[in-house]
Amino acid sequence: MTGTWPLVRLALRRDRILLPAWIIGLSLMVASSVTATRDLYPTRESLTSAAETINATAALVALYGKVYDPTSLGAISLIKLTAFGAAIVGIIFVFIVIRHTRAEEESGRLELIGAGAVGRAAPLTASLIVSMGASVVLGVLTALGLGAAGLAWGGAFAFGLSWALAGIVFSAIAAVAAQAMTSARAAIGVGVAAVGAAYALRAVGDLGDADPGLLSWLSPVGWSQQIRPFAGDRWWIAAVPIVATAVLVPIAYSLRARRDLGSGLVPERGGPALGTIGGVMGLAWRLQRGLFIAWALGSALMGMVLGSVAHTIAGLLNSPEMAKFFEALGGSQGLTTMFLAAEIGILGSLVGAYAIAAASRLRSEETAGHVELLLSTPATRVRWATSHLAFACVGSAIIIVITGSAIGLAHGLAIGDVGGQVPRLFAASAGQVPAALVIAGIVMLLFGVAPRMVVGAWGLLVAFIVLGEFGSLWQLPQWALDVSPFAHSPRLPGGEVDPGQLALLTGVAAVLIAVGLVAWRRRDLRP
Amino acid sequence: MNTASPDLVIDVRGLVKNFGRTQVLKGLDLQVNRGEVHAFLGPNGAGKTTTLRLLLGLLRSDGGSMSVLGLDPWSQAADVHRRLAYVPGDVALWPGLSGGEVIDLLGRLHGGIDQARRTELLERFDLDPTKKARTYSKGNRQKVALVAALATDAELYLLDEPTAGLDPLMEAQFKECVVQLRDAGRSVLLSSHILSEAEVLSDRVSIIRDGAVVETGTLDQLRHLTRTTVSATVARSPEGVEALTGVYAATLTGDRFTAQVDADGVAPLLAALSSAGATSLVSHPPTLEELFLSHYSEPGGAP
Repeated sequence: MTGTWPLVRLALRRDRILLPAWIIGLSLMVASSVTATRDLYPTRESLTSAAETINATAALVALYGKVYDPTSLGAISLIKLTAFGAAIVGIIFVFIVIRHTRAEEESGRLELIGAGAVGRAAPLTASLIVSMGASVVLGVLTALGLGAAGLAWGGAFAFGLSWALAGIVFSAIAAVAAQAMTSARAAIGVGVAAVGAAYALRAVGDLGDADPGLLSWLSPVGWSQQIRPFAGDRWWIAAVPIVATAVLVPIAYSLRARRDLGSGLVPERGGPALGTIGGVMGLAWRLQRGLFIAWALGSALMGMVLGSVAHTIAGLLNSPEMAKFFEALGGSQGLTTMFLAAEIGILGSLVGAYAIAAASRLRSEETAGHVELLLSTPATRVRWATSHLAFACVGSAIIIVITGSAIGLAHGLAIGDVGGQVPRLFAASAGQVPAALVIAGIVMLLFGVAPRMVVGAWGLLVAFIVLGEFGSLWQLPQWALDVSPFAHSPRLPGGEVDPGQLALLTGVAAVLIAVGLVAWRRRDLRP
Repeated sequence: MNTASPDLVIDVRGLVKNFGRTQVLKGLDLQVNRGEVHAFLGPNGAGKTTTLRLLLGLLRSDGGSMSVLGLDPWSQAADVHRRLAYVPGDVALWPGLSGGEVIDLLGRLHGGIDQARRTELLERFDLDPTKKARTYSKGNRQKVALVAALATDAELYLLDEPTAGLDPLMEAQFKECVVQLRDAGRSVLLSSHILSEAEVLSDRVSIIRDGAVVETGTLDQLRHLTRTTVSATVARSPEGVEALTGVYAATLTGDRFTAQVDADGVAPLLAALSSAGATSLVSHPPTLEELFLSHYSEPGGAP
C-alpha cells in the first residue's frame, strides 16, 4: 500500500477538471428535472395519471423502470434518471477506474511509478479511493440539490445513495476488468458491456409479473432502482451493492497479486508471421473492426428489443397525460409512431458516441506514436486521416440503418407487417445519419485544429443529448435547442422530412471535416 | 527552396523550429552527401529527433531551407518518403499486431518488400515475427522497425538512435548492415550519442549542440581540433619539453612520460623523447568521446 496517497493526489491532479465537471453537471441535472416536472404536472391528479400511464406502458417500464409511488413528485420527476442515470454514472466510473489503472499500465507510465517506493497494489487502491470517493461526493451533492429543490430530505439522500452505490459497484467491476484484460480498450469494453447488461437485465426484470422480477435483482442498476427513493426509501437494499463490492474488490486484488505488470488473465497468443494488411485502409479496418462489430451487433439487438415492445404502447391513446408526456418529448402523432420516432431519435444520439469513439482513433494513434511510423512511408496525412474518418462516417451510417431495420423487423413481426415496417424504419433511421456525420466532423475539426481537445467531443455529445432530452422540459429558447445537430434530424417515422435541414447538417459536416483535414495537413505531429 | 546540388541527399540551411516560446533549432545547417554514412551526434535534447522529424515533414519548419533528395519534405512528403526509410528513436507499434504484420504493412506502404531480404534480416536479428507487439521488449520493437526499414530498397536511411535498445551482439549485426548499405551506395543519416558506433561507421560527422550544428567534417578533419595523447617510457627526464610549442600537460611519473600534443608539436616532442632515451612510445588520436567532451564542456554547453 506504500505510495497510495501520492498516487491519489496524482489522479486528482489529472482529473481536476473532468471529475468536478461530471459531478456538478449530473447533480444540477437532477435538481433541475424536479423543478421542470413540478411545472409540467402542477396538480396531484395530473402527476398520478402520468405516473400510472408510465407504469402501464411496457416500453416505458423497459426504458426507465416503474414509478413505485405514483403520488410522489420525486419518484416521477426522477424516473428518467433512476435506472438510466445509474447506468450513466456506471459508465463514467468505469472510464475513471480504467484510466488510472490499465490505461496507465498499458502506456508504461505505471512501470515508471512501480519502480519507485510504491506498493504493487497501490495504483489499484488509489484509483478505487478516487472513484469511490467521487461516487460519495456525487451522491451527497445530488441529495443536497434535490433537498434544495424542495423535496423530502429522506428521499433526496436515498436517491443520492442509489447513484453513489452505482458508482461504487461499477468501480469495483471496472477494477476487476482492469486486472483481467491486457488493454485499456478491452477493459473499458468489458466495463461498459457490464453496464449495458445490467441495464438490460433490469429492463426484462421490471417487465415481469413479480415486482420486480428476479433478473432485476441480478442487476447493479436494478439495485439502485430498488432503493426506491421518494417511494418508500428502502435503505436496507444498500446492503446488496455493498456486499457485491466487498466480493469484487478482493477479486481485483487477488488478480493483481497473481499477475505480472502489463499482463492479464488470458495469456497473449501469437500472431501470423506474415502480414496481410494491405495499407492504411486495411490497418484502419484491423484497428476499428472490434468497435464496429460490437456496436452493430449491440445496437441491432437493442433495436429488436425496442421494436418488439413498440406496439404495446397503442391503446393508451385515451390518456391525455400520456400524450402530454410525449408532447414534452417533442412528438405529436400516434403513440406507437411517436414511440418509434423517439427510439430512432435516441438511436441517432447514441450512435454519435460510436462516431466519436471511431474518429478519436485519429488522436490515440497520434499520441501512441504510431502515426510517426506510418507517415514516414509514402502514405499521406489525408489518406491516413480519411481511413479512420471513413469508419466514423460510413460505420455510423451502417450501424444506424441496421438498427433501424432491426426495429422494423421486430415491430413488423409483432404486428404482422414485416414487408411494410422494415423499409419504413430503415428510411426513418437513415434520417439520423447526417447528424452523426456532424458529430464525426466535430472530432475531425478538433483533431486538426486543437488535437488536445478531441476528448471534449464527448462533453459536447452529452450536452447535445441533455439539450434534446431536457431542453423543452426546461423551456429553453429555440436557438439554444438548435445548437444540437440532433434537433435538426427529422422526427421519423410520422414527421415531415425537411430536405433543407438534412442538407444543412450534411453541409456542416462536410465543412467541419474539410477544415479539420486542412488544419491537420498544416500542423505539426503532436504526440 | 530547392537549391540542393545533386550530390547532396540532405541539404539543410539555417533551419529554425520553435515549440511555443522555446526555440529548439536555432539555424541548423546539415549536409549529407550521396553515398555516405553521416553521423549526427549530440546529447539528449540537443534537437536530433526534432531535426529528423522536420526532414520527414512530420513537423513544419519556422525558418530556413530544407531539401531531402532534392525535394521539399513538407510539401512533397509522400514523394520523399517513397525514396527513404526511417527508424524512429522511440518505436511504438500497434499492440495487437504481430511483428511480421507490422513489417509487411510498412513494406507494402513502401511499395513492396524484398522477401528474401526480410527472411535474412529476421534471422540476423533473431526476431520472432509471430509475437504480438504488446509482448515485445524495447529492443525487439526496435528490431521490428529496423527489419522493416532495412528490407526496404531506399536511397536514404534515417536512423534515430537505432541501437539504443540492442544488445552488443545485435549492435554488431546492425553495424554490418550499415556497412552493406554503404557498399551498395546508399546514404545513411545516423543519429546517435553512442560515439564508438559513429566512429566505426561514419564517413562524416556533424555535432549538434543546443539546436545548432557546431562542427561538421570527416573524423580526420575533426581530430585536428583536439590533441593527440602521447605516452612513453623514458630513461631520463626529457629536456625542455614544457617550453615546446604545441605540447601541453607534460608529466613524468617515474619513467612514464605523458603529454598532449597538437599537430605543430609532434616533431619537436619526438626529437626530445628520442634524446631522452625512450624505450617505448604509444600515441593515440582523440576518441570521439574526447572530441565530444571538448565541445560540450565549454561554457554554455551541456556536460
